[in-house]
Amino acid sequence: MHLVATAAGPLDGDHLGLSIDVAPGTSLSVFSVASTLALPGRSRLTVTARVGPGASLRYSPEPLVLADGCDLRVDVLLSLAGDATAFWREEIVFGRYGEPSGRCRSRFDATVDGVPLLRQEVTAGDPALHGSPAVFASARCAGSTLLVGDLPREVHLAEGCAVLPLAGPGTLVSALAADTVELRRRLEWGERLADKSLP
Amino acid sequence: MHGDMAMLLLADSRLPAGGHAHSGGAEEAVRVGAITGPEDLARFLRGRLATAGVVTAALAAAACEVGARPAPERWQRLDAEADCRISAPAQREASRTQGRLLVRTTRRIWPSEALDSLALAVPDGAHHPVALGAAAAAAGCEPRQAALAAAYTSVTAPATAAVRLLGLDPVLVHRLLADLAPALNDAAHEACVIQADDWSDLPAHAAPALDLLAEQHLRTEVRLFVS
Amino acid sequence: MSANHDDHHHAPDGHGRALRLGIGGPVGSGKTALVAALCRSLGPSLRLGVVTNDIYTTEDADFLRRAGVIDAERILAVQTGCCPHTAIRDDIAANIDAVETLEERFGPLDLVIVESGGDNLTATFSRGLADRQIFVLDVSGGDKVPRKGGPGVTTADLLVVNKTDLAPMVGADLTVMSRDAAKVRDGKPVLFTSIREDKGAHSVAEWVVGIVDAWHHEHAHSV
Repeated sequence: MHLVATAAGPLDGDHLGLSIDVAPGTSLSVFSVASTLALPGRSRLTVTARVGPGASLRYSPEPLVLADGCDLRVDVLLSLAGDATAFWREEIVFGRYGEPSGRCRSRFDATVDGVPLLRQEVTAGDPALHGSPAVFASARCAGSTLLVGDLPREVHLAEGCAVLPLAGPGTLVSALAADTVELRRRLEWGERLADKSLP
Repeated sequence: MHGDMAMLLLADSRLPAGGHAHSGGAEEAVRVGAITGPEDLARFLRGRLATAGVVTAALAAAACEVGARPAPERWQRLDAEADCRISAPAQREASRTQGRLLVRTTRRIWPSEALDSLALAVPDGAHHPVALGAAAAAAGCEPRQAALAAAYTSVTAPATAAVRLLGLDPVLVHRLLADLAPALNDAAHEACVIQADDWSDLPAHAAPALDLLAEQHLRTEVRLFVS
Repeated sequence: MSANHDDHHHAPDGHGRALRLGIGGPVGSGKTALVAALCRSLGPSLRLGVVTNDIYTTEDADFLRRAGVIDAERILAVQTGCCPHTAIRDDIAANIDAVETLEERFGPLDLVIVESGGDNLTATFSRGLADRQIFVLDVSGGDKVPRKGGPGVTTADLLVVNKTDLAPMVGADLTVMSRDAAKVRDGKPVLFTSIREDKGAHSVAEWVVGIVDAWHHEHAHSV
């Protein structure tokens, strides 16, 4: 399935909602035809996904670009049945070319059979924190891919990218980069190591 | 209650619970050139406080509440909430090691049901903020005091490490810490906003650069600090 | 101490556990060589564990593992965050944890040796970590070191002066060192060795067997 945005956005006042249900034993892939550009003003994006027993979900839209002046709140809730699998990639670009990052606060909660697997919030565009060597350092974009399933429990590390087996049944590939091409290359490197069955 | 005194003891870097050997990512940040002087260090500390600092403060506050009515199932569930907020295995390991040492030390200082039940419920070592909150409860602290102690130690450990590793002026570094006072209050405030038995909404701020530093650190041949 | 003994934290009073022997002394005096020598001499008769406190990563532990004097798994390395004396004196938590981990994995043990990172003359072990301690000097530091004293020289249960083979070359007078040490140590023992020549450090090993036996008699039946 491809998401097609009919207008640029989200922009001021928008609240976009996406609800995904993957029925037991089925598989679904969600892509988008273009990146999402968050425009100036307050907006909200909420994604809820439920993956049933034996089902599989791949969610990998094009990057989210935070235009200067945006103030976006993103909430993602991903709940999986015990034997479901998932591949969930998110990429954020801190501002269009040459401009400072807009603000974004996102929260991601993934559970497996009701047990928390990964909870993480990301705050971008706060001038006091954004460029901290502890947070995004000098990166222009950040991304992560959560893979859920029966995966090898090995840590891998390269420049700007880490493959991190979580405490629960999943692995997080986390990357920082100077541009989207480098970001995608780093994430794909990590994804293939995290799940050797990927092409 | 004697919460104020206990909070000071728990936040003191001289608490004999193994904290002196952890740099909170600062050693690796120094090695790769991400921290070279006071300006970088100030930004590192601010970023750490707003992310890992707020998360540990919130978990410590929640643990302090659990400590008032301890039960194995509640400890295990809160510890799982800590687990799912720490992506890097190196950080989970460092957190559990520090938690185990803290429980060992504080059980002798403040013998209590809170700490005994935590040691039994999570025998391989609870996450550090959970242990800190349990110790705070045992010592008579309020959740806000537990949160303050947790947020404070999240920045003092890397600050001390940077003084040792870069030979920075310790007075200047303490000034940087003093400048963080409003941010520290904000962190403790955010940590205590949500306090119910459902901990799913507790803060979960990620720090991608810290995750990378933590794993790189383990692969660095010459290192002085555990984390 | 808590009333609850159902978990693995040991009582701090020494009942039912191995003797913990601290080995400290300045950088390069031969602490690691002494630990290796003791493992060589005592390994056949005593159940041993070793904890090292390295300044850099796991250098000393790796040396001991390579020396092959003790099973590699029986050596644990503790990191000390730039402050080796803090880890053996002011904040001993990580060392206690390592000692207890060895006892849990391989116990019961007779002796756990804790080697400090090389430090200065004031670094001594906390009584909360080491039941007995050895301080190691070498003759090349100069024959005035015992006279100057310092907590390591004056309070250690045994003072070992190593590298006696070098004494003529560095102009150190062993008689002077022996006399000065006796004066500041209130009659506590001093042993002179050259671990390079005596790979088992037999005089020190004999002393260690003595304290292990005494410990065993004192604590064995009171668990």
